[in-house]
Amino acid sequence: MGMPAFPEAAREALADPQLRANLRAATGTIRAKRARVVAERGDWEALREAGRAIKDEVLGSLDTYLLQLEEQVTAAGGVVHWARDAAEANRIVVELVRAAGADEVVKVKSMATQEIELNEALADAGIAAVETDLAELIVQLGHDRPSHILVPAIHRNRAQIRELFRREMAGTDDLTDDPVALAAAARAHLRRKFLSARVAVSGANFAVAENGALVVVESEGNGRMCLTLPEVLISVVGIEKVVPTSRDLEVMLQLLPRSSTGERMNPYTSIWRGATPGDGPGEFHLVLLDNGRTRALADDIGRDALRCIRCSACLNVCPVYERTGGHAYGSVYPGPIGAILTPQLRGPDPVADSLPYASSLCGACYEVCPVKIDIPRALVHLRAEVHHRPAERLAMRAAAWIFTSPRRFALARRLTRLGTRLAGLPGPWRRWTTTRDLPQPHESFRDWWERRN
Amino acid sequence: MRVGLFLTCLNDMLFAGVGKAVVRVLERLGHEVVFPLAQTCCGQAHLNTGYRSECAPLARKFATDFAGLDHVVSPSASCVAMVREHHPALVAPGVRVPPVHEFTEFLVDVLGVTDVGAVFPHRVTYHPTCHGLRALNLGDRPTALLRAVRGLSLVDLPEATQCCGFGGTFALKNADTSVAMGTDKARHVLATDAEVLAAVDNSCLMHIGGLLSRWRAATRVLHVAEILASGD
Repeated sequence: MGMPAFPEAAREALADPQLRANLRAATGTIRAKRARVVAERGDWEALREAGRAIKDEVLGSLDTYLLQLEEQVTAAGGVVHWARDAAEANRIVVELVRAAGADEVVKVKSMATQEIELNEALADAGIAAVETDLAELIVQLGHDRPSHILVPAIHRNRAQIRELFRREMAGTDDLTDDPVALAAAARAHLRRKFLSARVAVSGANFAVAENGALVVVESEGNGRMCLTLPEVLISVVGIEKVVPTSRDLEVMLQLLPRSSTGERMNPYTSIWRGATPGDGPGEFHLVLLDNGRTRALADDIGRDALRCIRCSACLNVCPVYERTGGHAYGSVYPGPIGAILTPQLRGPDPVADSLPYASSLCGACYEVCPVKIDIPRALVHLRAEVHHRPAERLAMRAAAWIFTSPRRFALARRLTRLGTRLAGLPGPWRRWTTTRDLPQPHESFRDWWERRN
Repeated sequence: MRVGLFLTCLNDMLFAGVGKAVVRVLERLGHEVVFPLAQTCCGQAHLNTGYRSECAPLARKFATDFAGLDHVVSPSASCVAMVREHHPALVAPGVRVPPVHEFTEFLVDVLGVTDVGAVFPHRVTYHPTCHGLRALNLGDRPTALLRAVRGLSLVDLPEATQCCGFGGTFALKNADTSVAMGTDKARHVLATDAEVLAAVDNSCLMHIGGLLSRWRAATRVLHVAEILASGD
């Protein structure tokens, strides 16, 4: 709210050379790692196709799978809550934390809780939320916003992180910007939190309908600490995260790490069912979140966005994201996937309406998507749905009117040739000529064609 | 062979050279070129900007303008992709969408030619435009044609597969981002020391070339067809 639309926000980001350098280095590195591990798999295309098919099967019978999931989670000793929107989900979580008598929760990195702004809702209720993912911790300590789905502090470099830690963590005066030293400082800081927290909040990468199992994949092990040490575990999970069977994880757990971190397998995969006395949290709550997902589901083309497994491969290859960074998108979901997901989840507003246009439609995102979301197709589809400025609509209609008549088009050709002789163009075309020259035409093709025939 | 030329509105308005070049190459190879005078625009900018209903009459007009031709050739990968991918859903039911080929695709796949007898003694680098690369999967067709040109030395473009930032109305709606992408592309072009940057879409070349020209760079931009037409 109060955010500028994409073109203005992008302009600010483009003016920051440090940000450009950080993004270029980081996305370049992840791109290369992904390309290497994907190339190892001769059956990558078959895996992608299987991933697409699993998600489409789920989206085609979502009601059935969700009810099955609820039944299985309940049978395994968990409690299932249904949240229509962000406000309802936040209310449920706040009440659960209060009922546990806690004023602090440790958090596993989760996009769903960011989407609903759970940390802010908890703070309003006097509950402190501690992010335990290293990058999320960096963002939280810096009172900053995440700018990437997988690497939320991608816009920061090591030197910037050292300064932040020195300012926010006790006993870090001698800290260097060596990654090992930075990680050790965060480790000491977080260990105290893990041991004292009574409630943990997580999301989930997958929820298995046939047996009620939830899956979290991560790199650091901090998520594992949150999922096992506290007494109460609350997982906020988007309704599209369900997969039919455990067997489907075979496909998903191969697609996700290779596409996201560029690893063959992520270091930690936690899978749990309900609550087991004497083994991990004694109380488990699953909050199933709609928050615009059923609206997207109703859209024949837009629903493809619900296949997303939040790997962020599309961000890393996107030439627009690489230059503007994630903040310009004004959404927790940046990059190509954010440009099609945000307008659907959030509904129309000036920022959301600008996002489907935040792409040159180059198609690099579609090429890498592990569940084959045709993002350019969805972008073009959503461009037809969003609000069009009346002046633009008039110009596009005028252009169509010209192009439907060869005589009007002939006049337009003559005017265009005159226009190119000007140093700068008027109106919206000025944006072209402030930085770029126009070609200088010689004899027109049609004059030449007529002369020689 | 009788071949229809779909010049595209942009080339018709601004880039006469590429139309002449396509005609020269095809005629040199012994084919007859037909230019339907009523042709205007395929509607790509309309569809991609979110004006689907305004685009439909243009797709229908295209089918009428090129009706009856067995081969239509166009020197624009993005316009060919538009006709091939989107026109079938935009024309009236039962109407045949003309069979359109991108120029280099036509030479290599339909005519089976890679050496068109051109001479061009210059250092050239090639930018694979996004629609040519990902929508039409042109692969090494354009570079195979360029490699067969006598005197031409082809140098690799760093980070070649990244978009130049043109993107149709993206270049106006997100002008700053578009120029940032174009600037990086133009820098890579200059790093090759090539005399000429070649591509199969004049829209992208207009963007990159517009920047190079503003910088007073010595590198010029040419459509692949113009290189293939040289030497006669």
